[in-house]
Amino acid sequence: MTQTPALSITGLSKRFGGALALDNVALTVERGEVHGLLGSNGSGKSTLIKVLAGFHTPEPGGQVRLYGRAAPLPIPGAQVRALGLAFVHQHLGLIGSLSVTENLMIGRLATGQNWGLNWAREQARAAAVFARYGLSIDPRAEVARLSPVEQALLAIVRAVEDLKSASTEPGVLVLDEPTPFLPRAGVDQLFRLVKTCVAGGASVIFVSHDVDEVREITDRATILRDGKLIDTVVTRDTSHDEFVQRIIGRSMAAYGGGSKVRPNAGPLVRVENLIGQGIGPVSFDMAPGEILGLTGLIGAGYDTVPALLYGARRATKGRLRIGGRSIPLRIIEPLAALARGIVYLPADRLGAAGVGSLPVGDNVGLPVLKRLTRGLGLFARDIENHASVLGAQAGVKPNIPALPLSALSGGNAQKALLAKWLQVEPQLMLLDEPTQGVDVGARQDIWDALDRAAAGGACILIGSTDYEQLAKLCHRVLVFARGKMVGELTGVALTKDAIAEACFRSTTLPVSA
Amino acid sequence: MMTDQTQATEARIAALEHRLAQFEGRLAPPAPRTTGTEWAERFGLIVAWGLMILVLGYFKPDQMFAWNSYASMFGSQAMIVVLALALIIPLTTGDFDLSVASTMGLAAMTLAVLNVQQGWGITETILVVLLIGAVVGAVNAIFVLWFGIHSLIVTLGTGYFINGLVLWISKSATVAGVSPGLVKVVILTRFLGIPLAFWFAAVLAVVIWYAFQHTALGRRLLFVGRGREVARLSGVNVTYVRAGALMASGTISALAGVLFAGIFGSADPSASLSFLLPAFAAAFLGSTTLYPGRFNAPGAFVAVFFLSTGIMGLNFLGAPGFVKNLFYGGGLVVAVSISQLIRKRRPMD
Repeated sequence: MTQTPALSITGLSKRFGGALALDNVALTVERGEVHGLLGSNGSGKSTLIKVLAGFHTPEPGGQVRLYGRAAPLPIPGAQVRALGLAFVHQHLGLIGSLSVTENLMIGRLATGQNWGLNWAREQARAAAVFARYGLSIDPRAEVARLSPVEQALLAIVRAVEDLKSASTEPGVLVLDEPTPFLPRAGVDQLFRLVKTCVAGGASVIFVSHDVDEVREITDRATILRDGKLIDTVVTRDTSHDEFVQRIIGRSMAAYGGGSKVRPNAGPLVRVENLIGQGIGPVSFDMAPGEILGLTGLIGAGYDTVPALLYGARRATKGRLRIGGRSIPLRIIEPLAALARGIVYLPADRLGAAGVGSLPVGDNVGLPVLKRLTRGLGLFARDIENHASVLGAQAGVKPNIPALPLSALSGGNAQKALLAKWLQVEPQLMLLDEPTQGVDVGARQDIWDALDRAAAGGACILIGSTDYEQLAKLCHRVLVFARGKMVGELTGVALTKDAIAEACFRSTTLPVSA
Repeated sequence: MMTDQTQATEARIAALEHRLAQFEGRLAPPAPRTTGTEWAERFGLIVAWGLMILVLGYFKPDQMFAWNSYASMFGSQAMIVVLALALIIPLTTGDFDLSVASTMGLAAMTLAVLNVQQGWGITETILVVLLIGAVVGAVNAIFVLWFGIHSLIVTLGTGYFINGLVLWISKSATVAGVSPGLVKVVILTRFLGIPLAFWFAAVLAVVIWYAFQHTALGRRLLFVGRGREVARLSGVNVTYVRAGALMASGTISALAGVLFAGIFGSADPSASLSFLLPAFAAAFLGSTTLYPGRFNAPGAFVAVFFLSTGIMGLNFLGAPGFVKNLFYGGGLVVAVSISQLIRKRRPMD
């Protein structure tokens, strides 16, 4: 191409503390091109997008050019549109209780002088816009009543229209993981819209985990890994395997890992035909002492399984059999689950797992208040002594139960919250991303605590996207895609790379048990 | 020889572990002590109360330094204390109850109507009145929890509805002549010069303090208010706890109504509403003291008398009646602002 590219990035780096999240990355997006951006968790994809959106300040030395003009760094958030950039994130940024027309013109409503709005005219204008993109969305409909696909289409149309009014250039539209929660037919519709936009001269950066979708829609694709630019490839000439290899960073050959042997005993826990929102039907067994991991790409649905088994979220169907007793999952409540020796540690540490404004001691003691009550009642001293003993065992630092939970670091808060549940000696522990935002030392402490609990005969179920954690901690890992179980890794086959491989391959594999 | 070596090694290990422990002790921050600011936060209101008495006493020593002034004020404010104690229960679980004053009015009026006009005995009347309070709480709970409507809206509506009921059953007239037995027990009998109404309120404050501070239920109330999802996922039956809190506030408000009827010996259909704001002001001002950041019974208790001492003193100085409104209204806003400041300084979720 002889024209200047739509977007050209050179020498872009971003450091968080000691870690380089982006290391000298370069990227060029031509006019009218759909450019894929691929990588696993922690590859630097999101950091790159956030630099473009003006959330992060890159290290000095990098350059971002839009249509030949250098953009100021950090990119001023208020000017991204004028520079020719628009973003559609997974959270579409729509207001559900407002109409389609209001959402479409929200930018103008927020900033313009609008005295005497003529709604009939605005609706007609919105209808004309949708007609131009070949869409039939009712401009008067309430956005919350639209299907997820229509909502995504609306968000994209709005971004492109905003670009047109804000910038003289055709613009670069960044689609940040728009598809994981859409059905296949919806993805097709979205891709048709992307092609319409590109035909109009705009460029699109398509950020995704999904190799198949990237191969279908993009012209070229850039792969990042560990913050580094791995390759920019012409999509047409690159096979699925070649993509997966670049994302994971090695070619096959299993090694190491799998040091843990799955406990060889009859099942203690059996999940039968679990169906919930975006997941199922799923069935699996767990032996006493087994640590079972659930994983998959974003949107795979595995992450709701722990919450569904505990009744933290409502399942539509399925049964949980534990120790010979069977409970329908449609009606299970946290209280009933607890009575059966099931505990659940959600990922939202200070929103669902513990209360930050209350003392560590109270947080830890909550499930055993009855046990801590003496003749004259409950005393702060007893709660604190109890929490102090547990805190010392769990390695909570500083081990001062009177401190509010929010005063502890993420790792220490997590150790305390894990101790809260380990003290009830559960039969089944359900954990959601147990080491997210936790430092390395605390991570090892948490793994050790879980190992000890498993050695004591508890079943431990972990939902996580941390492949390293799953490989090190679990006896067995189940891989999910689009709500179904698509793979099982155990023994020597259970390595970090094998899990990643299974996740990225999962969309093309036939469903197997 | 072998054992000597083992012993020597073990001694060395013990010494090293000791040093390690010392090292860790140095790393860990010192245990939190009661610092100056913390002390000021906890007892600031009580100190302010004393200062206020001294300042007002400087101008009106005869009245401000007379025990009798306080004794009668303590007695007449008893139902505000009870009302504030009713309020802090749902406030702790995160729900507002704006119907407490109306429930108090309904209780007082029902008591007067049943006792005076229908000729019921006072004991069974009191029991029925307390039951009515519980029913009001249950109705609030049904709308808040079953229909999922914000407590502020529900109790605003039920409160106004109850006002209508009060006017209806009283035919908009004051009902006088409540059982002399009740009047005697509530206001005429004194202990340490203070009417028994005050001591009833004090006992209730101790009971609620104990329940909040020294029972598992108290902790559950707190967790439900601060982190509903945390409480639910920790096996607390959040719906029961919230419903129970609203029913408790209804019942205790009815108890305030019993005291109200006893203190005045009559029931005025429109008098109770002016107690809503003082009760709220005391509940919030009380949450800034003794257990700062938490709604607490002794704090509410102290706050009621802090506010009414101020009003009493201003009356002695000849201030007109509207200073009461200025004082309570201003007190509420200042109290909430202070608790917001405390909240900001402490790490909150």
